[in-house]
Amino acid sequence: MHIGDHHAPSGAAGEADDDTPLIAARNARTGMKLFAIYLPLYAAFVLISAFAPDRMAERPFFGINLAIWYGFGLLGGALLLALVYSWLCRVRDAL
Amino acid sequence: MIYSPAPLAVTVFALFVGLTLALSFYFARQTRSSSGYFAAGGSIHWFVNGVAFAGDYLSAASFLGICGMIASYGYDGFLYSIGYLAGWIVALLVIAEPLKRLGRYTFADALDSRFQSRAIKLSAGVSTLAVSLFYLIPQMVGAGALVKPLLGLPHWVGVSMVGAVVMLIVVTAGMVSTTYVQFLKGALLVVFSAVLTILILNRGFTTEPASPGYRAPRMTNSVQNGTPLTAEALGLTGSGILPAEGPWLKSPYLRTKDAQTGIVTVWRQMRIDDEQSRYYETQTLTKTPDDRELVNGLPHGAGPGETDFFPVGNITRLPEREKATGPLGLIKFFSTLEESEIMLWTKDPAKIVEADGTTTTIYYPQLTAGSDVLLPGKSPTFSGIRGSALGPKLNFISLMLALFGGTASLPHILIRYYTVKDQTAARKSTVVGIATIGFFYLLTLFMGLGAMTSGVIDVTSANNNMAAPLLAKSFGELLFAMISAIAFTTVLGTVSGLIVAASGAVVHDLLTSVGRMQMTDHEKVRAGKWAAAVVGLLAIGLGIVFEQMNVSFLVGWAFSVAASANLPSLVMLLFWKKTTKQGITAAILVGMTSSLTWILLSGDTYRDVYGLPPASAWAPFSQPGIVTIPLGFLVLIVVSLFTQPRSGGAIRQTT
Repeated sequence: MHIGDHHAPSGAAGEADDDTPLIAARNARTGMKLFAIYLPLYAAFVLISAFAPDRMAERPFFGINLAIWYGFGLLGGALLLALVYSWLCRVRDAL
Repeated sequence: MIYSPAPLAVTVFALFVGLTLALSFYFARQTRSSSGYFAAGGSIHWFVNGVAFAGDYLSAASFLGICGMIASYGYDGFLYSIGYLAGWIVALLVIAEPLKRLGRYTFADALDSRFQSRAIKLSAGVSTLAVSLFYLIPQMVGAGALVKPLLGLPHWVGVSMVGAVVMLIVVTAGMVSTTYVQFLKGALLVVFSAVLTILILNRGFTTEPASPGYRAPRMTNSVQNGTPLTAEALGLTGSGILPAEGPWLKSPYLRTKDAQTGIVTVWRQMRIDDEQSRYYETQTLTKTPDDRELVNGLPHGAGPGETDFFPVGNITRLPEREKATGPLGLIKFFSTLEESEIMLWTKDPAKIVEADGTTTTIYYPQLTAGSDVLLPGKSPTFSGIRGSALGPKLNFISLMLALFGGTASLPHILIRYYTVKDQTAARKSTVVGIATIGFFYLLTLFMGLGAMTSGVIDVTSANNNMAAPLLAKSFGELLFAMISAIAFTTVLGTVSGLIVAASGAVVHDLLTSVGRMQMTDHEKVRAGKWAAAVVGLLAIGLGIVFEQMNVSFLVGWAFSVAASANLPSLVMLLFWKKTTKQGITAAILVGMTSSLTWILLSGDTYRDVYGLPPASAWAPFSQPGIVTIPLGFLVLIVVSLFTQPRSGGAIRQTT
């Protein structure tokens, strides 16, 4: 299902072609699995902030409240998932 | 506040703009085809593209708006950082790679790749134009706000300057130069934000900031509540208390007149406990019927006998009653703030209007627990989440949903997937983009809280958009010049990307596909440049007209429209085989019009745009996403089911 990609340079020599439907489908499944991890974490953050804001004032570690930990966790978690996704896709590209 | 241009700031600023233009002209020589103009020929390296993602995305709203909101209210500004970055997860894990396979130049190309439908091109082209224009307005307003303190120029000059420089960049070279401008700006923004954060941590907190012009407001002795006030009891010897008459009678203010200078000072009561109060000096702007402006009782100006507002914002009490903490680590920065007390300033929404027409606007200090500013719900935008009513909570959820889904639906972000050669490069670019943007968003909290407590806040700036550059000023003129110039190139980079996206939509979607105009490659580029010029002029006009609008409000608007109009079509096209062209067209049109209508009928718009009471608004809450995004999905599903082709699956398999 290679559609509309008319850019002149194709993959460089020696680089895996991940335009193949098999790899593309695997990557898409990996993406959805990782998304399924992040979505509930983000949703829980929004729902706790909206319906139980007092919980965000609790200080679980080092005298810093849950709001800061959770916020930083969501930012760091996004980066971690992006790296994991990139790594998983690279492993498959090489297959 | 009155700002005068500093020669150093002007020089650094001129250098930055000059460098940006030189880069643009250099890459102009490489751009000849329409693929080169609109999509950089798919030739950009993934790392450059990734940092350019950050340059594209970290707009004036991100840098100026978020830092300003954190400086004003604390954690609430950080909610935007969290929502904006979470949106990138949707872009990376759900949209990026499939979209790269589908498209060529524009968002409409991608949606239409499986159906050769003029209706899709038309609706997607219009939606791209609408979202780009709404996103352009806050960028231009931000540019005007920046130029004012930097160069001492009025708002409209700033907006026109940005418009002119951006049009020059876009018209000369298109996507290649736009990409490198964004790369440069994205890299500089993150590096200098990190420098600023290190300086903040190294300085630590102090109860006596040494920022230029800063001073703590005066306060009186504490007095028993309910007892008659005298100058002696308050400790204001040499002043007389003016009688509380007319509009002052039932106000929380006390006025004193200095016996020697005749200067009138307005004080506001702050209760210590049930029995005692203190009065704190406020800052006032008085406008007389003969159009004179008085600030804090003196003529407003920088000359002799005149005065200006003084910058504010400081910690009033540190843990252990320390005066200064010295250098702080990342964890200690927050744990110290949790235990401190901060002086925040608020504008009294009710002006004092006297019988002769004299009006007085009052800005007053409030002592706030540090633990309170590190929690969501302090700002007027989000304060409803601390209450029990359902409406404000739904409004908050709705905004967070729009931020989550909006990023992946922004046309100027989507076109960046076409500037690299393949899906692998698109994925790597996005990861670099997320790392760069995520790191920057972490820094926003330090910069915003640093600005809040460093005595640099301009009480008259409603949105505190200048908080980050003014914080830099507390570390010296050079850093102020650098940060301001970077912020200005931030606006340039984002506006360039938006104009390329909009001109691409006009040429490819509206003229070529819908209008069926036959154009050669050269003519397409020329038409694109004309379109860029027209969109640029339109943006200048809107930037001037919307000067008083809240930047974050406008950005939230753009995200809501983008998520409502584009997200359902993108997701369903990629993941639901029964999607039809009629379904996509209907979802875009319904999503776009319903979200726009909702916003136009919301309480925020009633108050800020029409000047009407928000309670009379039709929409039950201001952010439409929670209703209009599901509506878009529903419309797409229902229309697609009713318009299934007889042969079976709706999506034609193309090989």
